[in-house]
Amino acid sequence: MDVLNALVALSNFVLIPGIAYGSQLALGALGVTLIYGILRFSNFAHGDTMAFGTMVTILFTWWFQSMGISAGPLPTALLALPIGIVATMGLVVVTDRAVYRFYRAQKAKPVIFVMASLGVMFMINGLVRFIIGPGDQRFADGERFIIKARTFKQMTGLDEGLAIKTSQGITVVTAIIVVALLFWFLNKTRTGKSMRAYSDNEDLALLSGINPERVVTITWLIVAALATIAGTLYGLDKSFKPFTYFQLLLPIFAAAIVGGLGSPLGAIAGGFVIAMSEVTVTYAWKKVAGYLLPESLAPDGLAQLLSTDYKFAVSFAILVVVLLFKPTGIFKGKAV
Amino acid sequence: MSETVKHTLLFVAVGVLLLLEGTTTGLGIFSGSWNSALTILNMGLISAIMALGVNLQWGFAGLFNVGIMGFTALGGLAVVLTAMPATPGAWSAGGGRILLALVLGALTIAAAIMAYRKLAAGLTRVLGMIVLLVVGFFLFRVVLDPGVDAVESINPALAGNIGGLGLPVLLAWPVGGLLAAGAAWVIGKTALGLRSDYLAIATLGIAEIILSVLKNEDWLSRGVKNVVGLPRPLPYEVDLQNDPGFVASAANWGFDPTTASTLYVKLGYALLFTAVLLVLLWMAQMALKSPWGRMMRAIRDNEIAARAMGKDVTRRHLQIFILGSAICGIAGAMMTTLDSQLTPGTYNPLRFTFLIWVMVIVGGSGNNFGAVLGGILVWFLWIKVEPLGIMLIELATSGMAEDSWPRGHLLESAAHMRLFTMGLILLLMLRFNPRGLIPEK
Repeated sequence: MDVLNALVALSNFVLIPGIAYGSQLALGALGVTLIYGILRFSNFAHGDTMAFGTMVTILFTWWFQSMGISAGPLPTALLALPIGIVATMGLVVVTDRAVYRFYRAQKAKPVIFVMASLGVMFMINGLVRFIIGPGDQRFADGERFIIKARTFKQMTGLDEGLAIKTSQGITVVTAIIVVALLFWFLNKTRTGKSMRAYSDNEDLALLSGINPERVVTITWLIVAALATIAGTLYGLDKSFKPFTYFQLLLPIFAAAIVGGLGSPLGAIAGGFVIAMSEVTVTYAWKKVAGYLLPESLAPDGLAQLLSTDYKFAVSFAILVVVLLFKPTGIFKGKAV
Repeated sequence: MSETVKHTLLFVAVGVLLLLEGTTTGLGIFSGSWNSALTILNMGLISAIMALGVNLQWGFAGLFNVGIMGFTALGGLAVVLTAMPATPGAWSAGGGRILLALVLGALTIAAAIMAYRKLAAGLTRVLGMIVLLVVGFFLFRVVLDPGVDAVESINPALAGNIGGLGLPVLLAWPVGGLLAAGAAWVIGKTALGLRSDYLAIATLGIAEIILSVLKNEDWLSRGVKNVVGLPRPLPYEVDLQNDPGFVASAANWGFDPTTASTLYVKLGYALLFTAVLLVLLWMAQMALKSPWGRMMRAIRDNEIAARAMGKDVTRRHLQIFILGSAICGIAGAMMTTLDSQLTPGTYNPLRFTFLIWVMVIVGGSGNNFGAVLGGILVWFLWIKVEPLGIMLIELATSGMAEDSWPRGHLLESAAHMRLFTMGLILLLMLRFNPRGLIPEK
């Protein structure tokens, strides 16, 4: 019984939140890694692109709510999501045409692109704060839980409850669908193959008649969709605040590098590695240990390795270890 | 017009902007107060020093550092640790324990590095390192935690931190530089020699971590409770106002005592900061002209060729990265001294990291005078974009009713136009004038 209780407590506080957060990070890291693979720079504006997409989704969610449109037990934001994606697609294509294309034509060094992405980051950040304000926004509605802790306790007779939030369920399901679609696109379609060819060897791809501008545009469109979905899911699960999205940049970059920059599979693996480590290291293990260890050995304190405020330190520590020992990441990325 | 004349005129123009700020209330953006002009100048001088540090890294060596905020914050911490008096009883209660724990932590990491170097590659080495680190971490926490609790429970409303050494505050400036240099060494050791993007991401991370340490380790910096009342190198305004000699000479100049005392203090800071800026500028100029500076630029322009000539590129990068970060640390310590308080909650990467980048790019990367000009000019704009934005919005919405929703929302959000404008300036400069206002020679 105690083992079961420990397992349930572990799933409730570590596994399920970790998997949901990991899916969100994985979607974000996929966007970073795709840009890196095709355009060959680290996009510092990615966090704010996510914020922009989420903001549009939130605004339309509020509008739908005010008109009485809802998705039943699901959050209304899912209905507004496509609009958010389209708006973000517009934004990234405009920034690409207005900013990045010039440097592409010049064959500028990657660091110049990064610098330009800083400028874009500033502008989007200002725009988002200008439109929706810097404060916290909640927009989740519909059914809050798939399983409530109390129902679970009654069902199983265990002492520990297991709660699964709707947002967590939706996150995982959406992430699986999106990743499956993305891999199908990259591996099976002609356009996807041309993208991978361009990422592998630009000159060879150009020789075989691939239109680089088309590849770049399609990459941006996919990245916009990924960023908006990741941002909206994160916002549904926690809450939306422009500055938090800016700060997501660090775990997302860490995930992309840990997996290997430029490798989509790596981005997903990296997302889960980062999320799981963050959650395990900052979780107070007292409860689980209390079930598993005999009473004399049970810890007095919270048995928390690091306080939650240090979750950035976890992403960073993993990043440093990877940079020191395996700079190409788990799945050999392109960059050293 | 020769280059020198043009560049001198640019500096004169910035001076005129500050003079206008001090004298006129015209155009709706100037406040006509010398106090405000001097406040802008003081922060402008500090920004100029930060820009000088970043220019050393980016302009001389092409290193991309986005952790300026962290190095600045470390400088701020240095002021607390150097200049504050030690909290009574804190050292006997837990200070020794904390120090011991920190030494233990450092020893653990050193032991892990030793193990990595001495043992042969393989499973034993990996396991050995993991065991060392885990045991070390628990030992560290076991020793640290009671010490931290003891220190934090001493008079938590006013202190609860370990305090400092009680040394003169000016000494904290070089100490800030040393702290920042130490952090830069750790980062540089890890990320230099890899792709340029990696350094950027690693510095972004270390800045966040330094800040979360400052926000959460109450025994060190009182966290978000802030350390206020830091010692000042200059007299307090109140003391000046009570000094009959000062009041008399203020009256001589035609100032009332209150204005005179604030101006006196601000002017004092401005002189101090200018002195530091001039020294650093002179050093940076000398470095730029020296063989060392030429080597740095050679490495920046063609790393492979420089390596082929026998230059140790990674070491040189590490060197200049540490120097540049140290300058940012000095500037951070100066800023905390100017505010005479450490408020970890107010450090924001957009303001403390990315704005400095805008300064360097606008001023002219690779040119020290450009960095200084950019620092003061962009700081002036940063302050003035807000009233300008409000003015523009009021103009644009003047047709609407006073209390209409869009007008209210726009006016309320005008403050966020700062970020937007700075991004726009950065992009425009990068595109149309990438060499900056005062280009590299």
